[in-house]
Amino acid sequence: MPSNIEFDPIRLPPEAEELRTEVRAFLDEEIAAGTFDPETAPFTNGFNREFARKVGAKGWIGMTWPKKYGGQERSFLERYVVTEEFRAIAAPTRVFFTADRQSGPVLIKYANEDIKMDVLPRITRGECCFCIGMSEPGSGSDLFAASTKATKVDGGWHINGTKIWTSSAHLADYMIGLFRTSPPTEENRRHGLTSFLVDLKNTEGISTSPIHQMTGDADFNEVHFEDAFIPDDHVMGAIDDAWKQATSELAYERSGPERFLETLYVLVELVRVLGEKPDVRGAEGIGRLVAQLHTLRRMSVSVNGMLQAGKEPVLEGSIVKDLGTNWEQDLPARARDLAAFVDPEAGNRAAFDDLLQYATMIAPKLTIQGGTREILRGIIARGLDLR
Amino acid sequence: MSEADNIVVDTTTKIFQDLCDPQTVNAAAMGEDDGWKAPLWSALEDSGLTLAWVPDDLGGAGASIVDGFAVLRVAGGFAVPVPLAETLLAGWLLARAGISSPRGAMSVAPVRSDDTVTLGDDGALLGRARGVPFARAADHLAVVAEAGGEAVVALVDRAACKLKEGVSLAGDDKDEVDFTGVVPIEVAATDGIDSSALMLMGAAVRACEMAGALHAILDISVEYSKERVAFERPIAKFQAVQHNLARLAGEAAAAIAAAGSVAEAIATAQVFDDRIFLEVAAAKIRVGEAAGEGAAIAHQAHGAIGFTLEHVLHRYTRRLWSWRDDFGSEADWAVRLGEMVAARGADELWPMVTQH
Ligand SMILES: Cc1cc2nc3c(=O)[nH]c(=O)nc-3n(C[C@H](O)[C@H](O)[C@H](O)COP(=O)(O)OP(=O)(O)OC[C@H]3O[C@@H](n4cnc5c(N)ncnc54)[C@H](O)[C@@H]3O)c2cc1C
Repeated sequence: MPSNIEFDPIRLPPEAEELRTEVRAFLDEEIAAGTFDPETAPFTNGFNREFARKVGAKGWIGMTWPKKYGGQERSFLERYVVTEEFRAIAAPTRVFFTADRQSGPVLIKYANEDIKMDVLPRITRGECCFCIGMSEPGSGSDLFAASTKATKVDGGWHINGTKIWTSSAHLADYMIGLFRTSPPTEENRRHGLTSFLVDLKNTEGISTSPIHQMTGDADFNEVHFEDAFIPDDHVMGAIDDAWKQATSELAYERSGPERFLETLYVLVELVRVLGEKPDVRGAEGIGRLVAQLHTLRRMSVSVNGMLQAGKEPVLEGSIVKDLGTNWEQDLPARARDLAAFVDPEAGNRAAFDDLLQYATMIAPKLTIQGGTREILRGIIARGLDLR
Repeated sequence: MSEADNIVVDTTTKIFQDLCDPQTVNAAAMGEDDGWKAPLWSALEDSGLTLAWVPDDLGGAGASIVDGFAVLRVAGGFAVPVPLAETLLAGWLLARAGISSPRGAMSVAPVRSDDTVTLGDDGALLGRARGVPFARAADHLAVVAEAGGEAVVALVDRAACKLKEGVSLAGDDKDEVDFTGVVPIEVAATDGIDSSALMLMGAAVRACEMAGALHAILDISVEYSKERVAFERPIAKFQAVQHNLARLAGEAAAAIAAAGSVAEAIATAQVFDDRIFLEVAAAKIRVGEAAGEGAAIAHQAHGAIGFTLEHVLHRYTRRLWSWRDDFGSEADWAVRLGEMVAARGADELWPMVTQH
């Protein structure tokens, strides 16, 4: 049977392009006002509540969500434009990025009306930061080895155990956490995990300790739960059946522009450092990188457009993430090579070197976070019906 | 438009399935029997596919640009060894100059950016074109020539030209054509189409064929790895094999997306501007890279059997390697694209990539 890989050549609609102009003008203003500085933005953790509130006021958080929850009911292609413009300039989106991409859609699907009315509008106003509590010391790629326990008590659950590598947990208001409600069964080792909404700021028994990364930043944490009480209505979806819940959101999550734009600043500065008339080697290097970038973007727009049109490009979405994260990971090494013969005192060489060093250091994480390259290739292989 | 709901694509697929099955063609080729060629070519001609890009009033089928590219992707998926792409291109070129297309196989020239053909005041052509695909199989050639600083299109009787025969890496004709002294059958000015435009269109054509061939070698490799047993299980069960094939899927996907994008861009463009240049360059570079990576992975998955003349794999991989070089290699296009990006400057990079 032939494999079904299709990328409809989707272009962004005119309303999305109008929006782009608006987003660029907004970003220019914010830069001029000193809210953030694109030159140093890659080095910061991008956690900026003031910026988040301004983006919220523009209606650009949760913009595809229903209006009654604070959303704008705009298309995924419009959201695409906002996301890519923010990413390309390394705008400080950390407050709202996770909630906008992942957590909000989970709430829309599984939370009760009261919770939706309470939390979603706050997300869209840029007031509410989410984190994802999946990994544990003994459970990384193998999510189904998670052992942090949720024990049934009157009116809710007691959580005990430790989550690890939880990005932004020290800053976040909420976590979507994956906890064990039953042991796995003989037939199904994926059975027994349940997804919960955790109010980090208003729950006793939760403590967060930062973990320093090799860059010196401390963006992720260990989160300890000791008899932390979570009410029944904070269960997201069916008890014991979290494994069934990963659906089409996954394709959005895997195929977005954030999957290849993380180190874009290196390419931009490479073009600057090589100057207006690069030699053949430099020109060829830039040409190949731009061709690859353009193709990744066309793939990513295509997957988002197909999703918007009601198709299910699940395999294509995984492929975009695999190609994209590998590309953004390789980019610093290739830029370093292409700039090898540029005079150390030339123009922006010093700024380029700083960015390059930083990108080189963060490159390893790009094919680990959110599921490793090897796990992703296994998923693609399953999509090809090899396993 | 997606392939599934396209009647032109269905027709093309049916013809190739019936008359150009790669396994059959491969076996015939090994026996130096080219009896399959004539029925295939007449089926393609009779269905109007060879002149898909020529409007009715110029003797063609008047299909859309997008449909023509879709046909070529299907053709790539069958590793088609007849000048279908070249005839389509020639028909397109002649049509842009208002010249009617003759019946029979055609090709185009020049196909390298460093070759030029000129039309002298005496009405005869001067110059040569190297690496012209299927020149000796063609009855006519559509040539972009310079006449007093203007580009014109000339329809030329191939028999009137001097040929130095050659073969491509795929074993297909690839000849040097000397036009010197040849008086064209017809000459006309174009609507802005010059030799760079022919390079752009030719590169897009090859990108679409390569995308089809990459998709085919992915499918062939997946099927083979599910059948072939080693260490008492199908090799598809080995994680190393799975990951290699996942990478092949990625390369095929990039090719499909890049080729689809350039086809759509050309189909909706009014002129061959910088935006088309970016689309074509990106596609030819990225698909060419995918061809190299993808062919290597497909061969690795097949082991020795894929290295034999008898197996069909080489019909695809040799064409992929060969098509990479036609109408500008990855390196050619990358240098030109890189020069354009550099000249515009760092701050224009992102606006350029997001321009459409
Ligand atoms: C910067 C950063 C931020 C993160 N943020 C979060 C967060 O917010 N929330 C959260 O829950 N987690 C987060 N993580 C954790 C991340 O999800 C895990 O690191 C990832 O899932 C891998 O788990 P692990 O680190 O335990 O590696 P392991 O699972 O131990 O893997 C180690 C190596 O073995 C390979 N491997 C494992 N299993 C297989 C297999 N079956 N086949 C082939 N190879 C295999 C892996 O690919 C990897 O190369 C973050 C990680 C990073 C680096």
